[in-house]
Amino acid sequence: MSSQALVEIRDVNFGYDSRLILKGANLTLPKGKVIAVMGGSGSGKTTLLQLIAGALKPSSGYVKVDGQVIHKLDHKGLFRMRRKMGMLFQFGALFTDMSVYDNVAFQMREHTDLPEEIIRDLVLMKLHAVGLRGTEHLMPAELSGGMARRVALARTVALDPTLIMYDEPFTGLDPISLSVVANLIRRLNDALGATSVVVTHDVRESLKIVDYIYFIADGVVAAEGTPDEIRASDKPFVHQFMHGEMDGPVPFHFPTGDYRQDLNLRP
Amino acid sequence: MIIESLRSIGHRIVNAVWRIGYASRFFMLILLYSGVSFRRFHLIIKEIFSSGVMSLIIILVAGLFVGMVLGLQGYETLKRYGAESALGSLVALSLVRELGPVLGALLFASRAGSAMTAEIGLMKATDQISAMALMAINPIARLVAPRFWAGVISVPLLTALFSVMGVFGGYIVGVVLIGVDQGSFWSQMQAGVDFRYDILNGMIKSAVFGVVVTVIALFEGYDAPPTAEGVSGATTRTVVQSSLAILFLDFILTAFMFQGE
Repeated sequence: MSSQALVEIRDVNFGYDSRLILKGANLTLPKGKVIAVMGGSGSGKTTLLQLIAGALKPSSGYVKVDGQVIHKLDHKGLFRMRRKMGMLFQFGALFTDMSVYDNVAFQMREHTDLPEEIIRDLVLMKLHAVGLRGTEHLMPAELSGGMARRVALARTVALDPTLIMYDEPFTGLDPISLSVVANLIRRLNDALGATSVVVTHDVRESLKIVDYIYFIADGVVAAEGTPDEIRASDKPFVHQFMHGEMDGPVPFHFPTGDYRQDLNLRP
Repeated sequence: MIIESLRSIGHRIVNAVWRIGYASRFFMLILLYSGVSFRRFHLIIKEIFSSGVMSLIIILVAGLFVGMVLGLQGYETLKRYGAESALGSLVALSLVRELGPVLGALLFASRAGSAMTAEIGLMKATDQISAMALMAINPIARLVAPRFWAGVISVPLLTALFSVMGVFGGYIVGVVLIGVDQGSFWSQMQAGVDFRYDILNGMIKSAVFGVVVTVIALFEGYDAPPTAEGVSGATTRTVVQSSLAILFLDFILTAFMFQGE
């Protein structure tokens, strides 16, 4: 990838207690691109997003966003950097005590001094962009899963971030909602001139919209490439993941002792 | 076996000390980030509505019944000494010094404190707090501090209303139903209750209880494991710890305030 990098992740190690999740991960997210990060459950994909957002600190290595090492920023510097970021959580994480309108307007009211009339117009524009103008009076509990995800998307891009992170945005969506959300991710990225990183398991939908894919396994980047390169890959891990095979480099069984011994059978 | 038990006890003590430390740090952060709440006072007003105003019914009804029971019990006791006319003084002193602050805070802890814990805990479990932090908005300043100040303001006001309703309940039973002389009921109350010594000390107690209950409720919610069991456990802990803290602090404060009377 030749474009200038917005995010650089270099030799990052990170673990919870004694369990190492990332073991020298290296990724580059170029400006203006949509990048997918894939891997099995517990492979450290969401951890990677939290490292980019500065919610976690690497035990070694660094994450640079827009030329600045995230874990070296002070509290104010980190919050300044986060104003350039947006993050869509797995189930939207809409504020349940606020209406759709207030959810989308939330960041505008918190971070700007815009008059309420301008905020109203901006909220309607954002909701229109995700196809949900007319729902502004609804509460999050009145929305379907797909609608909630789209409202959350409108809230994520409320202040036109330069880096948008998506944490498993397709989980639990029906095929139509899934396709709508996937297309919105691509369209919004291009319209805003932003950079997007999508952590997902959904191979089929992701390959249609992303520019580049990283596969994470065992704490490192196991494979990477454009969608065409990934489709043509003969690496066993990529093959298993792409075809949803039960066994392969990612084992079906949890690593444990001998099965026959557990059943008290003679070897 | 003994070593294991000792280790387990030691572990619990160390954990408890850590939690007290975390809670103290949390309290300091609330104070540090309270500026936003006062600059945007409508945030506090909104929380006063959900924690204070919504607790009004239970406080008023409980206050009325407690006052009525005090009227009955007080009359029965005072009658033995021919001092029924002191009923007004007994009802008012019991309420403003002890029952108002203690029962008001206990009811607040179970009605509003548990709700605060569950709300903050669920916001954490559904990533709403993380989402706020990633929007570069400090959740302690935006979510926690307004709730804290709402609790601190609401508890003394609710306590005052509890006492007023209690006095009214005592009046209904003592004067209207039993027939104690109305003039002596009110005049004894006026003579027996000192503003600074009784009412002000009672309000100081309720303000302290308000701080303690609200900090416990918010800390338990903020610190709750992000699971269904985690939030339910935190809600239970809020009610249990708040109740014990209120009763313990009531003893300490009473000892300081009314010593040598």
